[in-house]
Amino acid sequence: MAQAEIPKPQAPRDLKWIGRSIKRVEDPKFLRGVGKYVPDLEFDGMLHAVTLRSPYPHARILGIDASAARALPGVHAVITGAEATEIVDPLPDSGPQPDKHVFRVLAVDKVRYVGEGVAIVVAETRYIAEDARDLIAVDYEPLKPIVDPIAAAADTSNLVHEALGSNIAYERTFTFGEVDADFEAADIVVKDRLHWGRSAAQPLDNAGAVAIFDTGTGDLTIHTNSISMTWFSFGLAATLRVPSNKLNLVPHPTGGSFGARFSCWRSMTTAAVGAKVTGRPVKYCEDRLDHITNGDHHGSDRYYDVELAMTKDGIFTSYKTDVIDDYGAYCHFGVGTHGNALAQVTGPYDIKSTQYRLRAVLTNKTQQGAYRGFGAEVANWAIERIVDKAARELGMDPAEIRRKNLIQPDQFPYYIPTGNMYDSGDYERVLDHALELFDYDAWRAEQSKLREQGRHVGIGLVSCQERSVYSATEFWFWFDEPAAEMTSTPEGVTLTADPLGNLTVTLYSTPFWGNSSDTMAAMLVGEEFDVDPSTISVEHHGTRGGLPAAGPGGSRLTVMLAGAIKGAAEKVKDKAQRIAAQQLEASPEDLEWVDGGFQVKGSAEARREFADIAMAAYLFATELPEGLQSGLEARHVYDHPYTTMPAKDRSNLGVFYPCMGHACHIAMVEVDTETGAVDILRYVAVHDAGTMVNPRSLEGQIVGGTAQGVATALLEELVYDDQGQPLSTAFTDYLMPTAMEVPELEIGHEETPSPLTEYGIKGGGEAGRMMAPGALSAAIDDALVDYGVHVTELPATPERITRWIAGQTVR
Amino acid sequence: MSDETPQNQAVPITLTVNGRTHQLSVEPRKLLADVLRQDLKLTGLNIGCAHGVCGSCTVLVNGHTARSCIMFGVQADGAEITTIEGVAPSPTELHPIQDAFWDKQGLQCGFCTPGMVLRTIEILRENPSPTREEVREGISSNLCRCTGYQFIVDAVMDAAQRLRTGETADPQGDDAARVAAEHGLRVEHLTPESGEGGATHVPASHP
Repeated sequence: MAQAEIPKPQAPRDLKWIGRSIKRVEDPKFLRGVGKYVPDLEFDGMLHAVTLRSPYPHARILGIDASAARALPGVHAVITGAEATEIVDPLPDSGPQPDKHVFRVLAVDKVRYVGEGVAIVVAETRYIAEDARDLIAVDYEPLKPIVDPIAAAADTSNLVHEALGSNIAYERTFTFGEVDADFEAADIVVKDRLHWGRSAAQPLDNAGAVAIFDTGTGDLTIHTNSISMTWFSFGLAATLRVPSNKLNLVPHPTGGSFGARFSCWRSMTTAAVGAKVTGRPVKYCEDRLDHITNGDHHGSDRYYDVELAMTKDGIFTSYKTDVIDDYGAYCHFGVGTHGNALAQVTGPYDIKSTQYRLRAVLTNKTQQGAYRGFGAEVANWAIERIVDKAARELGMDPAEIRRKNLIQPDQFPYYIPTGNMYDSGDYERVLDHALELFDYDAWRAEQSKLREQGRHVGIGLVSCQERSVYSATEFWFWFDEPAAEMTSTPEGVTLTADPLGNLTVTLYSTPFWGNSSDTMAAMLVGEEFDVDPSTISVEHHGTRGGLPAAGPGGSRLTVMLAGAIKGAAEKVKDKAQRIAAQQLEASPEDLEWVDGGFQVKGSAEARREFADIAMAAYLFATELPEGLQSGLEARHVYDHPYTTMPAKDRSNLGVFYPCMGHACHIAMVEVDTETGAVDILRYVAVHDAGTMVNPRSLEGQIVGGTAQGVATALLEELVYDDQGQPLSTAFTDYLMPTAMEVPELEIGHEETPSPLTEYGIKGGGEAGRMMAPGALSAAIDDALVDYGVHVTELPATPERITRWIAGQTVR
Repeated sequence: MSDETPQNQAVPITLTVNGRTHQLSVEPRKLLADVLRQDLKLTGLNIGCAHGVCGSCTVLVNGHTARSCIMFGVQADGAEITTIEGVAPSPTELHPIQDAFWDKQGLQCGFCTPGMVLRTIEILRENPSPTREEVREGISSNLCRCTGYQFIVDAVMDAAQRLRTGETADPQGDDAARVAAEHGLRVEHLTPESGEGGATHVPASHP
């Protein structure tokens, strides 16, 4: 690998707006309740769609009688799964062998999970549509449900998808480096068996879409709260059987995503089916039950066997992962969540070899999608669990065993065994910062005192990676012969100055999800042009006629917008400079940009403000240099800053997630050994996400992500009974944390700039959830050290904790 | 349709929303949330869970927070209701609580925000000088999936300070409290701004 290509990171200088915690430009409309989410949209003649969901986890559909539903006044259409196949093709599916586990908007001859859609009803109102839904009679032949993924992996007689011939959708073992030899040479091998339970992002807003089929032109416009993805919308056009240039996906704000708004093909297709059948605008907004059971976005559900090889001094040498992932009934994002894990599978530690065996198993449960961390948060938890187990076996302090193994600042750029690169970092400084903020030694002493009083108080510490800015190779490096070895993950913007020099930035594929997209864009434009970000207009463009853009995901948006805006600003300024030179009768090279205008170097009175230049660009063509067109705008598409190709034999996956953030979290908890309740007493989080654009917004992501990590660690679980019935289908049972369950965080920052990105920014949007489960697990272990408890399953509910205290293993 | 049941026949109700009186005709089964969102086009309240847990649909009914997703429109007949659209004093100014949420970044996606702001009005009316712990307990009625609550607590503490120091009066809060105190659930009183109080489907206070 050509390490010399990567420059040393440098901190940006003389910044006016980047680094300031300004108020977000998006907020007033949301504070007033006029932000207009998809459920708020209305169009003349709009109808409403609902989905009839399967009550069975596994059953054959023998027949559907929709006559009574169709006869109800106000009903415009009932479309069954079989009928839908006449209107739309299967949903986009990047899974292995999508033809053998065909992913459709509605089930056709067999249902494969409770909640899978079997019919769509379109009516004048949602009330009437739900009335009609209750009148549809479906004749089911129940089949034996496939629930336990470990049993399912071995079963070839009862299959989720008969065409696949197995319940294993994907199986492969990747070996990077001399794993066998390193394990052979190890003084100590620590083993752990873990289960990360199923949870889901569950944003408060559900997926929704309004589809408008123009019967005159054949245009299909879908107002969506998903990513619009100019870069891949042709895939949905194929599903919807419309020419790609007739499909326009228009992004709208949504009440949170955390992964769950990524590629909501189902909601868009449901609305589009209704619109194509009725010729009227059709709105489909999931309700909570739809979203929990049929929303395509359950999180990882992984059973791990992990092994860590080390010397007797506690130096890690190799790490093995053997994981079964319960994907549910379909595998529509392939095994991308494991690609994500491989970006940082060895954590922040200097480990020379690693092995990763994956079995992706299909069962009769709702399919997995995306949830903050996209599978890398689970791998973080797994390695931190085994590091803690190693520390306990060696009698080492958890901070010290980590310090011994952290990659050192002079080792960057650092290539991990899988081939991914970490661009920069100073992990020990982050650790020291966290220890100091926590006042670690003092609180260890305090902990001893509390223990003497009989209180079960524990301190847990983790040091974790947060990869950011994904590359397209992670979608296909799983396969020896991928359909296409794509390498682009673009993000485009258009920057327009009007005749008064006021600026508008147009974003593509970039809906507002709470992720501060508009504030980031406005601050970056403000930085380039020396103007207050609150004066920038931000526009969200649909896919049709849009620039290439992949939208938010993988903590990429701020980095990608920075690159795109920088590029567009340079083009606008280049033209402005030439116009100013003409106006000042100077040569362009003799001018410099100073505080919102161009002036002759060393002569501040020979100057043109940007507004004067813009006016000339629009109104005074004869003043323009020859060959220049009127107007002042530019488009720029920024692509992934650093991608390398995987090796043919996949002994190396190349660089695909290089902008590497890092964090250290320290949690202090008290466990009630009678009830198993966990009380978080203190919580410290120190993050390094490179150069910060808006520290307060980044902190918002850290606190919010940590809250979700607390939830994953202690509260939230999508429980299925042994018959495949989901038991947590409402917020009464799926326990989202309130303000009483989330601790006050003490936050610290380090800023190691990325050498790859504009201003040295790294992504930070998934932070928090990548660290908190490990920190809390470790703190519970420590609190219950007298009982020998080692948290091996999440969520660590009171029930599980009392069982661990009683000496029972859960998995 | 012949088997149309009488309970689906619309009945007349009167709602005073954000100071303006509306005479409406609604199905008895229609949820208050849907009456406000669909009939009055007040889409600021959001439906997050539709079973009364998350609080995104919070409105003030006679000065007290209520979950409009588990309340029928007919149950609010005669009530005085405040939605988020009625909180700001004008189309160009924010209420001090809204300002505090903006300053402290007490929101990310904004979906829970209308409910949080209305709940804050109630919390600070009951306790103008809360501790952080009291604020946490107070807002634990409402779920937020983005913020982890910390900056919402910051915002409520800041709002309390602004209201205490009289930076801006809270006419909305006082008014709602007065209405609640005087009329309980049987409100016939109309606020002065509601003009002739006749039927209108125009939500005048909607910015």
